Amino acid sequence: MARARKASVNRRSFLKIAATGAAALSAPVKYASGQQVTTSEVPPAQILTTERPGADFMTDVLKTLDIEYIAANPASSFRCLQESLINYGSNRQPEWLTCMHEESSVGMARGYFKIENKPMAAIMHGVVGLQHASIAIYHAFCDRVPVYLILGNTFDATERRPGAEWRHSVQDAAAMVRDYIKWDDMPVSLDHFAESAVRAYKIMMTPPMLPVALVADSELQERPMETGARHHIPKLTIPKPPAGDSNAVAEVARMLVAADYPVITGGRLGNTANSLRLLVELAETLQCQASGGKFPSLHPLNGGDVGQADLVLALEPPDLWNDVNTMTDQLVRTTRSDLKPGARIVSISTDDLYMKSNYQDFQRFQEVDLAIAADAEATLPSLIEAVKRLITADRRRFFEDRGRKIAAARAQARDRALRQAAAVWDLSPISSARIAYELWDQVKHKDWSVVSGGMPGGALWNFEKHYQSITGGQGASSGVPCAVGAALANKKYGRISINIQNDGDLMYAPGVLWTAAHHRIPMLTIMNNNRGYHQEVMHLQRMACRHNRDLTKAKIGTAIEDPDVHYAKLAESMGWYAEGPITNPNDVGPALRRALARVEAGQPALLDTVMQPR
Amino acid sequence: MKRPLVRGMLAGIVLALFGALAHAQTAPSSSAPVAAPPGSAVNGKKLYESVGCWQCHGFSAQGGQAGPRIGPESIALPAFIRYVRQPTRSMPPYTAKVLKDSDLADIHAYLKTVPKPLDPVSIPLLKSVN
Repeated sequence: MARARKASVNRRSFLKIAATGAAALSAPVKYASGQQVTTSEVPPAQILTTERPGADFMTDVLKTLDIEYIAANPASSFRCLQESLINYGSNRQPEWLTCMHEESSVGMARGYFKIENKPMAAIMHGVVGLQHASIAIYHAFCDRVPVYLILGNTFDATERRPGAEWRHSVQDAAAMVRDYIKWDDMPVSLDHFAESAVRAYKIMMTPPMLPVALVADSELQERPMETGARHHIPKLTIPKPPAGDSNAVAEVARMLVAADYPVITGGRLGNTANSLRLLVELAETLQCQASGGKFPSLHPLNGGDVGQADLVLALEPPDLWNDVNTMTDQLVRTTRSDLKPGARIVSISTDDLYMKSNYQDFQRFQEVDLAIAADAEATLPSLIEAVKRLITADRRRFFEDRGRKIAAARAQARDRALRQAAAVWDLSPISSARIAYELWDQVKHKDWSVVSGGMPGGALWNFEKHYQSITGGQGASSGVPCAVGAALANKKYGRISINIQNDGDLMYAPGVLWTAAHHRIPMLTIMNNNRGYHQEVMHLQRMACRHNRDLTKAKIGTAIEDPDVHYAKLAESMGWYAEGPITNPNDVGPALRRALARVEAGQPALLDTVMQPR
Repeated sequence: MKRPLVRGMLAGIVLALFGALAHAQTAPSSSAPVAAPPGSAVNGKKLYESVGCWQCHGFSAQGGQAGPRIGPESIALPAFIRYVRQPTRSMPPYTAKVLKDSDLADIHAYLKTVPKPLDPVSIPLLKSVN
């Protein structure tokens, strides 16, 4: 500090300046810069410490919300709350996670929820941190995943330190993300903070679930609580999600039992063990095809052939139009319905309770015959019961015959998958199928969880538990932080977390690898390293074809080559066990064995496998 | 890799292309079929790699998430050319301005040289998948 502070108090005006303390002032003061000042320049003694900052109460509030982790890249606007959570709160419930990018913090929170069905918190600067986090918040929004965001800010202009603190302060912190969060508030008192903190949690966890943001004003954090002040923390009660109207449910049951070939699309359903059980029970009761919603991958009824359907039951569909229509990406875009004439559609979805407009993630409007604005998981028990009551002996025989035909078709699909895997078995660059089945052979008898959205090439992987896959909402850059967050949730159960990691996705914010190592989060990451933003390669090629131009330049601006990124060294530098690049498919199995041994010992491990383009 | 959100769409494209190619094998020609000369597999391999066929169909024409297997068993050359010029689904069109019939004949010849897929039974690990 080059110059002495102004003698007058400008921040804690409510603190009384100590009248005495002359002894402390008798000697010249030497500032950190080495500059000595005279006694006449020394400020009068002030109360310089407090053992009851407002942030301690904020910590008490957050502890009532039973949040297990809070992720952050450190920042001064929440320094007081951070210190309070660590010391006063003993760094438990929530435990602090050190992140190297706010996008990683929020991405981890998204992944954690998708396994644990419990929200995590992420705290960040209300300006620069939130700007970094915005894409990850948007990913959570598109994925209908709740994340508890806490934004540091200094609202009172007279309390801001000159310089950066001004640039890091804002009138309305949540404004920049308000289009893709569900609710926010900027409390101006501790009681206000408590009410809004509980309200935010309640709103966030009521379907449709979305992120919420709560501003923790720095002045509110740092101001000492008045002696004897008692602040109230409201009781948290999560609303029961809305179940479908009973008459409408009865009507859907009649339609399902009467249909010749109903197809269930599970959409976002299946994130809980209960919802997955209900989905399977409904499909088995009807002996009809079901897909999506984490419906067990090898179940004889797994399938979504809507072209055969005379009735489609769409449960929490993220994109119903796309489920029953096809659009071609040609110069003139054409669309056609995949449904046969007369087929009917019923939807049960909390998206009908959704209230946002600017960002277009709600997809194209699809006409339906009956829409129930309700939570599908909450509605399924009554629907299943209604269906069972309506099934006659004749219908039961019909259903059983239908089920046998569907199962026979599934058996053929298994043969096709095996032939396809064999066809690419020895390829170099390595095929996704080779990776998938080498890995399956080593984990199939263990408790595993794929934390990256599926197993490319692994059509015969047996996904049957709700935590064994993560579905939905995976934009570029969202993969690796989501995977680390999911692996964090899996850690306490001793599950093997498996992350098939796209190369381009990793390079947005690879610092999350360090976070995984630092917090001892075991996970196996296998690079899907095709050395490019391959989706974009294909888009560029499409444009060149469309315009009758040079077909050889699609890699310009889309390839991640020259130099190749050495992902193994990248991971090693951040504390991971790593091998690669691996190009020989015969090396995959032994490398997986070595890496899995590290993971089971509690370490994150990465294999850089050079892969086919898709 | 980018935008895995389109995975579901691509899966649909794969199925669509399988269907479309099957259709192309049997569909009558609506335009005069091209009498292309026998192709050069060597040149076809170079073209396959340079004009981007690998992007959807894989480096060995094995197929993948974005396009079906197209070798070594391919549709007849006239149908092949017809489909590449006028794809009925989501494959981008390759016109004669950017890829001559003789080029397509070379690619077609190359596709026939692609090794046949292994039999799943010959791979012990696949025998024990489930």
